Amino acid sequence: MRLSYLLAAVPFLGILGGVIFANRVEPFVLGMPFLLFWIVLWVVLTSVIMAIVYQLDPANKEDEAE
Amino acid sequence: MNVALLIIFAFLALSIYLGIRARRGKDMNLEEWSVGGRGFGTIFIFLLLAGEIYTTFTFLGASGWAYGRGGPAFYILSYGALAYVMSYWLLPAVWRYAKENRLHSQSDFFVSKYRSTGLGVVISLVTVLAMVPYLAVQFQGLGIIVSEASYGSISSTLAVIIGVVAVTVYVIVSGIHGSAWTSTIKDILVLVVIVFLGLYLPFALYGGIGEMFQQVNAEKPGFLALPAEGLSVPWFISTVLLTALGFYMWPHTFGSVFSARSARIIRRNATYLPIYQLVMLFAFFVGFASILQVPGLEGPEADLSLLRISLETFGPWMVGLIGAAGLLAALVPGSMLLMVSATVLSKNVYQAFRPDVTEEQVVRLAKILVPLVALAGMVFSLASGLDLVLLLLLGYAFVTQLFPALLFSLLPNNFVTKWGAGAGVLTGVAIVAYLETFQIKLRAVFPALGALGDTNVGIVAMLANIIVLLVVSLATRPSTVAEEQRA
Repeated sequence: MRLSYLLAAVPFLGILGGVIFANRVEPFVLGMPFLLFWIVLWVVLTSVIMAIVYQLDPANKEDEAE
Repeated sequence: MNVALLIIFAFLALSIYLGIRARRGKDMNLEEWSVGGRGFGTIFIFLLLAGEIYTTFTFLGASGWAYGRGGPAFYILSYGALAYVMSYWLLPAVWRYAKENRLHSQSDFFVSKYRSTGLGVVISLVTVLAMVPYLAVQFQGLGIIVSEASYGSISSTLAVIIGVVAVTVYVIVSGIHGSAWTSTIKDILVLVVIVFLGLYLPFALYGGIGEMFQQVNAEKPGFLALPAEGLSVPWFISTVLLTALGFYMWPHTFGSVFSARSARIIRRNATYLPIYQLVMLFAFFVGFASILQVPGLEGPEADLSLLRISLETFGPWMVGLIGAAGLLAALVPGSMLLMVSATVLSKNVYQAFRPDVTEEQVVRLAKILVPLVALAGMVFSLASGLDLVLLLLLGYAFVTQLFPALLFSLLPNNFVTKWGAGAGVLTGVAIVAYLETFQIKLRAVFPALGALGDTNVGIVAMLANIIVLLVVSLATRPSTVAEEQRA
């Protein structure tokens, strides 16, 4: 459970904290300006992180019968 | 009437037909009219959530901000993901409590948690206040679509009025079942149209997405990042936070949780909905592609960019399909917002004062209120002069004021009293209303703050909200004496 909370904090750090350092146009990554690339990256990582949280969460196995 | 408008109105007629069909043969009570029973499965919940999230705001507003503001538009891509992270824990707790206590609405939730009908009324009025600019977004979007697709023969004011009438008629003939079906068509059509536009325009006009960004950057250096002043880094952080916290504070997003079948479905949504946000990229691409193609749209006119570049690039058939996608993207959430506002006013405000009225009377009043709320949204749209994104941000600045009271209510030992919750919410709302009405910028009032003065007023108001909530709660704790005796 604790690990899940830590994992959940990571997207907040990546997007809200990361923008301070990622606020730049160059270098272009995958054709996108860096700031946009950074946010796209974190949106994808958020899904990955939440999928891990989901798998780790015993509640999702308990509820299976619902 | 031209082909483009014919196609748009054909889709409108189809939506109304589906709305009537969905309701036929069913004697709807208020629960069905508003919550749709509790039987929706994964796909419908997903479509309902997605349908509510992807509105004309994404379609025209996100592309408009990419066109007019550049980098700051990227906040639109950011907040949904963070909202879903929070939803993983927040929504199952709300869902479980609502199910155990047989609650139907957001207001019921606060009434039950804080044991105060009065707080329910305050919360209800605040959410309706927040939904007026949100409704205005949909009406303004419909106005833009109808007016642009008419190739200028219908004025934007008349087009907004047409939009208001369309949404009102749609709501009156259908309930949530109608919008669930129409939202299925909408999701497919909007997705196809926006993905097509977002890829076709950069490739056909610039030779690729990378090439497009290079050319925009060469023309407008620094435009693709956040500026040092105004929509700066502190603005970005505070705005993403504001909108992420407020994401599920709307009565319709909060209420959509009640119709979920299980907490597990809600948690699973939190894993894949962030990825769905990437659909917004295509709206950005359209906006950026328009910068060099249809230059000169200033201020709120930037919201026209998607339709202007479509008019320049495609024939009337294609413009009609694009307009139909936009129509549905405004109609589905617009009808939802209108229905929810009217229901909240009727059930959670009027019935709170008159508990003896029958359910039929409440339903009848809700239906009478529908055109009145629509009128309020229309007046707001025509009078405010704000672009689509700024309208929605204003709504968020109001609705996010509910977040602290909600969060504290979910704590096992909530020390916040109904007085604290109510005073906090009203303080936050009053600060937003004051600063927004008089267009007061913190940076201008306190130059010493520097870029921190760009912090979103909604977040500043929420901080004041929390302080008042804590102070008033400590001052009005009812059980202090009892606790001392226990100790």
